[in-house]
This record gives sequence, C-alpha cells and structure tokens, in this order.
Amino acid sequence: MYIKGPRPRPSSILDKVNPGTPSVFEIVAREDFSDATFLLEVRHPLMARAARPGQFVIVMSHPEGERIPLTLADFDARKGTITLVIQAVGKTTREMQQACQVGTRLHALVGPMGVPSVIGKATKVACVGGGLGVAPMFPQARAYKQAGAYVIGIVGFRSRGLVFWEDKFRSACDELIVCTNDGSAGIRGIVTDGLQLALKKHPDLAEVIAIGPPIMMKACAEATRARGVKTMVSVNPVMVDGTGMCGGCRVKVGGKVKFACVDGPDFDGHQVDFDDLMARLKRFAEQEKAALQRWSESCRMQEPPAPEALELPDPFEEVRGG
Amino acid sequence: MPERPAKERAKSFQEVACGYTLENALREAQRCLLCPDPKCIAGCPVSIDIPEFIRRISAKDYRGAYDAITATNLLPAICGRVCPQESQCEGACIVGDTLEPVAVGRLERWVGDKALAEGWSSATSVEPNGFRIGIVGSGPAGMACAADMAKAGCEVTVYEAFQEPGGVLKYGIPDFRLPNTVIDAEIDNLRKLGVKFECNTLVGRLFTLEQMIDEMGYHAVFVGTGAGYPSMMGIPGESLNGVLSANELLTRCNLLRARDFPQFDTPLPAGRHVAVIGSGNTAMDALRVSLRLGAEKVHCIYRRSRAESPARAEELHHAEEEGVEFHWLTSPLEILDDGKGNARGMRCIRMQLGAPDSSGRPRPEPVAGSEFEFACDMVVYAIGTNANPIIGQTSKIGLNKKGYLSVDDELATSLAGVFAGGDIVTGAATVIEAMGAGRKAARSMKEYLGISGSAVGKKLFGIDSSQHNYARLRAA
Repeated sequence: MYIKGPRPRPSSILDKVNPGTPSVFEIVAREDFSDATFLLEVRHPLMARAARPGQFVIVMSHPEGERIPLTLADFDARKGTITLVIQAVGKTTREMQQACQVGTRLHALVGPMGVPSVIGKATKVACVGGGLGVAPMFPQARAYKQAGAYVIGIVGFRSRGLVFWEDKFRSACDELIVCTNDGSAGIRGIVTDGLQLALKKHPDLAEVIAIGPPIMMKACAEATRARGVKTMVSVNPVMVDGTGMCGGCRVKVGGKVKFACVDGPDFDGHQVDFDDLMARLKRFAEQEKAALQRWSESCRMQEPPAPEALELPDPFEEVRGG
Repeated sequence: MPERPAKERAKSFQEVACGYTLENALREAQRCLLCPDPKCIAGCPVSIDIPEFIRRISAKDYRGAYDAITATNLLPAICGRVCPQESQCEGACIVGDTLEPVAVGRLERWVGDKALAEGWSSATSVEPNGFRIGIVGSGPAGMACAADMAKAGCEVTVYEAFQEPGGVLKYGIPDFRLPNTVIDAEIDNLRKLGVKFECNTLVGRLFTLEQMIDEMGYHAVFVGTGAGYPSMMGIPGESLNGVLSANELLTRCNLLRARDFPQFDTPLPAGRHVAVIGSGNTAMDALRVSLRLGAEKVHCIYRRSRAESPARAEELHHAEEEGVEFHWLTSPLEILDDGKGNARGMRCIRMQLGAPDSSGRPRPEPVAGSEFEFACDMVVYAIGTNANPIIGQTSKIGLNKKGYLSVDDELATSLAGVFAGGDIVTGAATVIEAMGAGRKAARSMKEYLGISGSAVGKKLFGIDSSQHNYARLRAA
C-alpha cells in the first residue's frame, strides 16, 4: 500500500474557501421583480463552482423554519455567488420576502442537489419556462447556447409588468417568445401557445425542456408527444432532506417510483405521471394555509393583506416556494 | 430502571427511561462478578472493558469508570441508550444464565450522563501530526471515526448535509429514546477534541471524494453516509397522500420539530389511525412517535410473528405498553383511496409461517381467502432502505451489486485513501455496529497513514515513524 506523509495543502479554489470556517450564506444582492417575485444572490463560492444547470438547493431562512427546495436560477463561479428567484406565496416565502435583505444571512443553504441536466447534442432546442420555472430555465438555455445549439426561449408571465430577465434570456436564446396572459407583452396566451408556434415554425426541433407548474409541464409534454420530440421536465415535489433519505419526493416515471432529489429532478416528460405528482403536491395544503393565515395575522404588516391574498393561488405554483 | 408510566409518556416526547440514580447504579454494579474471562467484552462490538468500568463504579471512582469506557467508546450516553444490549454484552453475561444479566447498558448510560453533567471529556492534549482527515456524514460511524482520528492527532473535519450534525441519531431516533441534548453534548465533546463539523455540505455534489483527496488536501477520507433511500413495497395506493416513509415522519418530527408546528414551520399532518408496516426499531420509533403526535389508534403490520421481529425486546415491550396494536402474520396488499387522493384504509392478508428461507427465518406464506380491510388515514413504511446513490453517482468508487460501497476487510474502498463503514457498506444496521465500523476504519486509516499505535508505527530501518516517508523507503 502506498503510504503518504503529511504534505503541504495544495492550492486550489477549494483551498481558498477554508472548509474549516463556519458557513455563512450572506445575501449580497436582491432585486424585486414584482409584488411577489424577488431575486436573491447569495455568496457561496464552492457551490457557484460546483453548480450545473437543472440542480437545486434547499434553503432554511431561520432555525425554526422549514427546508424548502429552490431550483438554481443562476450561478457565477467568478463572482462566487448563486442566484435564486423566489415567489412569495406561502408562509416561508413571504417571510423571506420581508426578512431576506442584502447583508442578512440564510440559516442554511445546501446544494447543489440533484443530477445535473444532460445538455445533449441537440442542434435545435426549445426552453420553456412558466411561473416559477422561468428563472431556472435560464441556466439550461445558456448551457445549450454554449454547446452550440439553436435555442428558442419561451417564457410566460401574467402581464407586461411582471416580465423579468428579458435581456438575459435574449442573450442566451437565438429566438425568444414572450407570452402574457393579457397580451400586454409578446404574444397573448400561455407558454404552450408559444411552444405550438415554435413547433410549427421549426419542424426540426429536436428537444424541449419545460420547467414550471406541473400542469404546464404536462401540457408541454402532451404538445410534443405526437411528434415524438424529446421533452425533459423538471419536477418539483414536496421534499425534506434532498439527499434521498425520506422518499417524500417520490414520483412515478414510466410506472417506476423515482426520487426527484437524487434520481432527478429532470425526467422524460412523456413518462412522468403528472396527475400523481399534482395530487402529491397537495399533501400539506391545509397546514400551509393555516401557517400562512397565522403568520399574516401575527406579523406586523403595515397593511393587513386583502382576504383573497390569503388564499393560496395555486397549489402547484406554491410548491417551490413552500 | 425507573420509567415514566406508559399512559403518561405516550403523549410526551420526554425520555421514557429515567436513568439510574446513584443508589441504583451502585447496587447494580455490585451484581457484576468481575469474571476473569469476561464474555461481555467479546459481546461488545467496540470491546469496552466492561468489568473494569463496573469495578470503578463500585469503587466510587466515577471518573475512572468514564475513562475506562471512553478508552474504546467516546459516546457512552448514546450507546447506553440505543445499543441492543440483550444481544450483545448483556446477552453474554454469565449472571444472565440464572438471573437477570447485569444491566451493562444502564450503567454505561449512567456514567455517560454523569460525565455530561460534570462536564468531563476525554480530550487529552495530543501532538498534532499534520494529517488531515475528511469524514463524510456526521452519524454514529462518522462520529466514532472522527473521535479516534482526532485522538491520534489528526486534523478532522466532518461534513454533514443537514443543518446540524448527528445524522440518524438526530433525525431518526426520537427524543423519548435519545434526547437531542445528549447528542449535542457528545458532539461538543468531539469539538473539544478538535473535530470540526461542517454542516450544509452535500459531499459528492458540492465537491467529490476525488476532490477531497486531490484538491482539498485530505490525506484520508472516511465515508459514513448511511443507507438512506427508503424501500416501498410496490403495492397499489403507495402514492396516496398519507403514505410516507418512517424516515420522512421521523425527520419531520425529530430534526425539523414538526411536532411543535406552528412554532416551527415544518408541517406534519398527524393521522388519527396510523398503520406502520414493518417491525424493526425504526418501525417502533414510528409507532411511538405517531402515538405522541396524537393518533387515536396505532397499528403495527408485520408479515412474520413476534418472535421474528427485528426490534429490540425493550422497544417492543415499550410499544406494547403504550397501546400499539400489533398485527402479526399480516401482509399489506393495497392501500385504499378515499376518492380524494388520501389513504382511507388498508387491505391485508393473513400469513402463516412455512419452511425457513435464505435468512434462516420461517418464510411467511399467505393464507388463501384471509383478506381483510381496516381503516387508517396514515400509512408509514418502515421496511428498510436501499443504498443512497449520491456517492456512487459522483465518484468512481467501487459499488457492489446492491449499490452499497464495496470495501475490503480493512474497510478500504477502491479509491486510495478512502475508507467506508456503517450502513452505506452493510445496509441498515445498528448504531453501535456503525460506531464499530467507524473505529475499525480509523484503525485502517492510521495504518494507511503510518501513524504510531498501529502495526507500522515503530521505527523502521532505524527511521522514526514521524518522518512518514515509507513510500520512498520502499522504493529504495
């Protein structure tokens, strides 16, 4: 057996981030895209270097908080930061919207988790992002662009005022289709309408990547099924540890049980049982609603929220935001 | 040992077994025969010098008793609580041939608790030897390995994916069996030895095993990531809401404190009628946690009989006392849907025991026509786990057919300098077995590094071991 003696610590980027120092996850930038959607840029040099498109993190904002999974919206090894885009819809995410300011720290941040997306050799791909899936779509689009593919970006928003990162997407896409529900920007319609346009215009479309609420990913998978266009989706079930230990995130893919955290989160959209996924996302709907209600009553908001704001808008949209 | 009454404790997460008083401990210590050829030591996976520590208790040298235990086991307060003593030290005890065996576990716990109360630690000033050790996973295997390597003078860093260290001791074993305060105190003892704990670190994904050796300057790495990946049965209805793994139930309740929802944010809908499938220690924990979360009825479903149940005798006994309903020789066929995606009940079939199977236990066989249904709104799977795939996915380390890490007799993996032990090697086992593996791996690592105390630790060809240049010596 080869026996080593102590040797000087080799110098590498890993060395500069002394693993012996306690981890602090400082928020270095924040941007509010709308009343509900905000961006956090968090310092984590190791993760910024390790992260790949399609991976996610688990965040705890304070010691009594819950662990929520969030897909990485961006990462910059040079700056040593990762970027999360969060929709404030549940108790935890609304609390984060108030508390997570520049200079504050997250209690816990672990990742990158999940199997990175396979950036294949496809020459023409459509990257579809809706709802919470808009921002996480960006690393995939950028990776395909860098791999030399012709990238068609399709992103959906409710209206013009909620559109964000348009420039960023244009830089990563050869073609960008913005869809708004009211037609105030781009085309009028939802992202599947955009996808239909792209499918019509590009008969040689080789792959579709769809990220967003399950109902949207299901619709995208159905849109491509007849043509047999490979469609990858990023599922977002309820999760606890994110390391394969609890099985809470199990999904049915091709009749087999898979764990989204370690076998995914990317799966073949034509194989995923979306109805099962959607039913399982409602597991904690009651508790989540109660927690949000309690929090809204107790916190010192300047204005009491309108009663309809307490209704969780959509159990599917709500999930990645806890 | 004094215990809280079953009725009172079944609603509380306070510890069930209250522990010995000084009088109890002294009286129990008197019962040890101090055999010249002690069988108990051989029964202990880490070979604690049991007669010696009991002798010190009798001599009222409590600190000495603590030192005698911590010579081989740094975590007496934990092991005294969770070891299956009846099949280890106490099972081998000579006194047990005719009377109750000496309560080694309870005495060990008493010493461990005394040490925590007095602030004793086994930290000795050790000469740093310059070796850096990385440990993946802060559960029992990792803690035991970390302790030994730190005592040998290595700089040890333990990585943990959760936000706090402790592994299965924290997320799995409930407070009424092993309070988290005890684990934190034992972890603090490791910190006093110089061990660093780095949480929120998913090794494999944040950096790989190969990077730890090649880029981060670790001279040796120990992998003790545990089994993870809970098994399901593949019967209809498993994706219904209300069906979850014991790991999820226990993690939400113990580590994330869902039992204190809404003071803590993690939700956990408690079932009114809970059925737990399986009858191991994890199943017992899930059953008893469900009772404490307020379930009206808690059922245990097991396809073999009580005699084959893998749970510790004490756990089974406690669960029975607290009112768990056991359905022996019963196998689930289907989980029933209430029409809204929730579990409403379970259809089961009765079993009978047939000829022994490959495990040597009688094979359960279904009794034709014995199907029956009963109502439950929560179903918990506690039927074991499969190998966690993350380390295998992210490194070139050798795996066996089942996906566990493959190791040689010295617990060395296929990667040079990387050792492994605990559930990630053996599949689900006990805390003390994982600790034993951690200690064994530590011995192998010391040998690999050429640290004194191991076989190659002495002078070789007149050159002192501290020079650690055997590689060159060999080449010469």
